[in-house]
Amino acid sequence: MSSNLAILPILLPLVAAVLVAFFPKKLKAVRLVSQIWMIVQTVIIAFITWYVLDNGTIVLESGDWVAPYGIVIVADSLSIILALTTNIVALACVFAASRSIPDRQEKFYFYTFFFLLISGVSGAFLTGDLFNLFVFFEVLLMASYALITLGGDKVQLRESLKYVLINVFSSVLFVTTVAFLYSVVGTVNMAQIAERVAESEQTGVLTAIGILLFFIFGTKAALFPLYYWLPKPYIVPNPVISALFGALLTKVGIYCIIRVFSLIFVHETEITHQLFVWIAALTLLFGAIGALSTQNIKLIIAYNVIPSIGFILMGVSAYNSTGFSGSIYYLVNDMLLKAILFLLVGAIAYLAGTSDLRKIRGMIHHYPFLGWMLLIATLALAGIPPFGGFIGKLVLLQGTFEAGEVILALIGLGVSLLMLLSVLRIFVRGFWGEKDSSIQADKKTARAFSYPIAFLLVFIIFLGIGAEWVFPDFISIGEYLMDPSIYIDSVLKE
Amino acid sequence: MEIIMTVLAGILFTAGVYNLLQKQLLRIIVGATLISHGAHLFILTMGELKRGAPPVLQDGIENYSDPLPQALILTSIVISFGITSLLLVLAYRASKENGTDNMEKLRGNENE
Repeated sequence: MSSNLAILPILLPLVAAVLVAFFPKKLKAVRLVSQIWMIVQTVIIAFITWYVLDNGTIVLESGDWVAPYGIVIVADSLSIILALTTNIVALACVFAASRSIPDRQEKFYFYTFFFLLISGVSGAFLTGDLFNLFVFFEVLLMASYALITLGGDKVQLRESLKYVLINVFSSVLFVTTVAFLYSVVGTVNMAQIAERVAESEQTGVLTAIGILLFFIFGTKAALFPLYYWLPKPYIVPNPVISALFGALLTKVGIYCIIRVFSLIFVHETEITHQLFVWIAALTLLFGAIGALSTQNIKLIIAYNVIPSIGFILMGVSAYNSTGFSGSIYYLVNDMLLKAILFLLVGAIAYLAGTSDLRKIRGMIHHYPFLGWMLLIATLALAGIPPFGGFIGKLVLLQGTFEAGEVILALIGLGVSLLMLLSVLRIFVRGFWGEKDSSIQADKKTARAFSYPIAFLLVFIIFLGIGAEWVFPDFISIGEYLMDPSIYIDSVLKE
Repeated sequence: MEIIMTVLAGILFTAGVYNLLQKQLLRIIVGATLISHGAHLFILTMGELKRGAPPVLQDGIENYSDPLPQALILTSIVISFGITSLLLVLAYRASKENGTDNMEKLRGNENE
């Protein structure tokens, strides 16, 4: 079905970004406009999500150019659910931003870059064109380059250089791969690529291009051999910006892997998806070991981003509908959860004055609410019922067992425990123990962080307890991903 | 012609990767620029090189150039131009704040 609704998740934040760029120094007005805009935008996207789940995929052919020739924006159930989750995370972050980011940084166009980031992320989810995917990647990366250096500290500049360089390099490789693919199949429209790859039954050169694409998205998503750039740049900016990065950026990379390897390169699964099994296992293990190796609370959470990407890849490597629906459920849950955890450790590090776990103790006496929220988030991360992580992991493991990858599933179970251990350390060491009377309780800042975190936690609990209402949609997404012809037909209308 | 262009793109990639692996910040940026030039040439070559044919497909016109790679390169050039300028400013600020432009020295464990 064709409708202009599909472009709203990209257009609304873009308009907002331009709008708030006109009066960056009037902080009160900017904050108010951004917060109201975010609420309205989230409501609109929730409506579009409901519409898509009810009526099927919306395809927008921009400029009325018919599908394979023009640029298409495809809002199918998978991408619109992820766009909605993005907006929920952003809604929480925009409210946390007003208190936690220093005024000086807010005046330096924080809200403009914030909205551009949302626009780029939604665009990457919604585009139906491989080259446009590159363009939206650049939009979100440009915004992230600006956000990561906001403040201009010594450490920030040093770490952001590495972040920018690795992303510039992988973007150039992305363009080169698109050129390769164009020379072989003669199109950049994803539906048409899928059709032509199916016609040729995926010859060797196409599989090679597929694996090249996998490593490019793997760099963005922080998969096993390519995750080394991730932890440090994620902890240097402000907690709210870290939360946005941790929740959204790597998830765009893994979304691209899900999309490309469920739609286009599906004819040589014994090569590609077998590779994923190994990489998922190694990503899980190395991420969890990294999280256990450090005493810096921000680094612990940053390292925890890596095994969750491994879990999502696990579902893709299983390549069955159960695995995919588990992956998507876990992906949605993890976007919310990583935002919560980054905000929480940001708040703890700010309130305790240090991010060294050895120097923090007895925080529960000052901030009981933060402490219990951290415990709930930790349990959700490990996948303990009744929270959202449990359902996601259960279905993921079910899919992995169905595919016969028993060892991978066992590694996944073991790594869940290691993840629990790594984050529980923050709770046990930082919150238990004697009262540290040297710190003054800063209730006002604690409250400013608490409300957005509690707002996101509601969704985590809902994803666990209310799974019965939402899970059927995820099952149908899993089945939908296993049948690429539905996507191709809805875009090319044949 | 296509083969010469592909080899040229390959040379640009080689020189770019060599420069990326250096320790001096400015060389790394030059390397990144060279690689992106290589990628642009490569896209152009992938759309077949032809002379004298307009990028228009109409009834009766048999010989036409593929307009899509040109549009892709234009987008890509603009993006890499923007990123290179951002990278130069960032490198300038970073080397000024940290007092060195040597990547060996631009690492450390202190995170505060």
